Amino acid sequence: MELVAYAAFFLTMAMTYAIISLGLNVQWGQTGLFNVGIAGFVGLGAYVSAALTTPDAAERIGGFGLPIAVGWLAAVVAGGVLALGVGLLTLRMRSDYLAITTFGIAVALQLVFQNVESLTGGAFGMAFIPRPFAGLQGQAFAFNMVNLALTAAVVGAVYLLLEHLLRSPWGRALRAVREDEIAAQALGKNPVLLRLQAFALGGAIMALAGAVQAHFIGFIAPGNYLPMMTFQVWAMLIVGGSGNNRGAILGAVLVWAIWALSGALISEIFPAGQQARAASLQIVVIGVMLCVILLWRPQGILPEVRSVSRHLGRRTKDT
Amino acid sequence: MNPQAIIDGLVSGSTIGLGAIGLTLTYSILRFANFTHGDFLAWGAYLTLTVAGVLGGLAAGLGAPVYPFSFGWGLPLAILGGVVLTVALALGLDRILFGRLRARGADTIIIVMASFGASMALRSLLEFIFTAKPAYFTKALQIAKPLGLGMRATPDQLLVIGLTLVLVLALHLVVTHSATGRAMRAVSENPGLAGVYGIDVGKVVRVTWIIGAGMACIAGVMAGLLVQIRPYMGFDLLLPLFAAAILGGIGSIPGAMLGGLIIGLVEAFAVQIVGAEWRAAISFVILVLVLMLRPQGIFGQRGA
Repeated sequence: MELVAYAAFFLTMAMTYAIISLGLNVQWGQTGLFNVGIAGFVGLGAYVSAALTTPDAAERIGGFGLPIAVGWLAAVVAGGVLALGVGLLTLRMRSDYLAITTFGIAVALQLVFQNVESLTGGAFGMAFIPRPFAGLQGQAFAFNMVNLALTAAVVGAVYLLLEHLLRSPWGRALRAVREDEIAAQALGKNPVLLRLQAFALGGAIMALAGAVQAHFIGFIAPGNYLPMMTFQVWAMLIVGGSGNNRGAILGAVLVWAIWALSGALISEIFPAGQQARAASLQIVVIGVMLCVILLWRPQGILPEVRSVSRHLGRRTKDT
Repeated sequence: MNPQAIIDGLVSGSTIGLGAIGLTLTYSILRFANFTHGDFLAWGAYLTLTVAGVLGGLAAGLGAPVYPFSFGWGLPLAILGGVVLTVALALGLDRILFGRLRARGADTIIIVMASFGASMALRSLLEFIFTAKPAYFTKALQIAKPLGLGMRATPDQLLVIGLTLVLVLALHLVVTHSATGRAMRAVSENPGLAGVYGIDVGKVVRVTWIIGAGMACIAGVMAGLLVQIRPYMGFDLLLPLFAAAILGGIGSIPGAMLGGLIIGLVEAFAVQIVGAEWRAAISFVILVLVLMLRPQGIFGQRGA
């Protein structure tokens, strides 16, 4: 029974990462935009939703006690708007400027979470974030199961939306821009506008993931949104297969499993005093794994399915 | 305004400028934003610290401070070893990772991503080997001497500023007046054409890593000497380094140096107004302003 409860908890966390990974797949997999500030977008969603839904607290502004759904929606809007701003600033320039700017966004947001105590609670973070189905909290098993079902449903909804977009004319235009910008331009597609839309959509999905995660855990702090998170999500998408939405979900579960297992292993092997130090080995493993995959199997486990239109059937990517 | 900010800004700006030189060169010649560069600074500092430890074990007198500085003859010697090792690290990484991706014709952005992964791995490896606890080159304390106009500086700080100016000037002369420097500019303009004209592109790539990693090591040692050595020191400097390279204009060595000094000075003054906890955001604000107003930077010619 305990094992089942842990499995449900593990899978729910993996599902929240799957949402982030799906968001990244829109930006990177479909459009080729390199976002190094994922943690910033996820954190923004978490904080926006938390500020709107938590009960009134004396020590900070916010705490409107609004329904969870309102918080999620606001997170989506905030993530989309932030991505739009970043995109407007950098998408006309060389691709690595976007990387550098998103990296900076994450650093700046981290400072905001840390320092604007009247809004974010500072280093202590925000507690009492309402959890979905809080009425069931007494029965741990049922509570974990409904939360898993809810999170999985969000993953499913995002997946269906993205699959639909992927096969739409818009999705085809996106891939055309990614593969050959000049040819797409010659056909009358506006590459900057398409990239901007994809980047905003991806940012909105990441922020949604942040909100879902925050409400599942019930507590957030600046330390949850370090560059390490960005790095984990990249590993998830690249391992699973960039460009493939099922790959994004598979990668999230797989890398999260590797992460959880190696963490458990380290706490078994190393003495208590050395564990913080040994934990850095986990990151080395994931970093090396990312580089090895880029070198030897850049398409990931589930390669992108090259689809022109649902009317034409499918061809597997031949590169 | 406290005039001391000028000294503080020049000191941290020297470190940022030296570090940004390698970044701007790899960006213009190898054509990718190298996220591993910050970790070259940190590795440079730790490798130098290790060499200094070995040297101190061989000859105890090397550690004794040489007046008026806080360190002994061991440190300059150790820097030589640290530079060689950091260059070896950069060349090794290029051989097993970046070079292979280049040879396969991978997209720029794939190489950027690989550098991001390598950066995480290198930094965590440092944390594993040396732990997160800060380390120091010297335990000696230095009194800041008054310079007039309300400014004070330690002899170490003045040495860092002076050494940086000498290094940058020398590097600039070499790159503008030697055949290798011309070859580097040719490759940065057009690698294919440079190869057709008989320029050894592989050699240019190696020279780029040697200069970049060497300067990164020295910048890391300076930062370590003046503040402290931490596994995350390079990562924390990454944003100022990028901002300096872009502000100065990608590919320009004097630009990177000037950009570094500007960032250092603005940081030092802005911190007095907004508070030290926002220090990391200041280079981000500068970066955004540059991208909006003059994306090609101070000395950049082409549109980015």
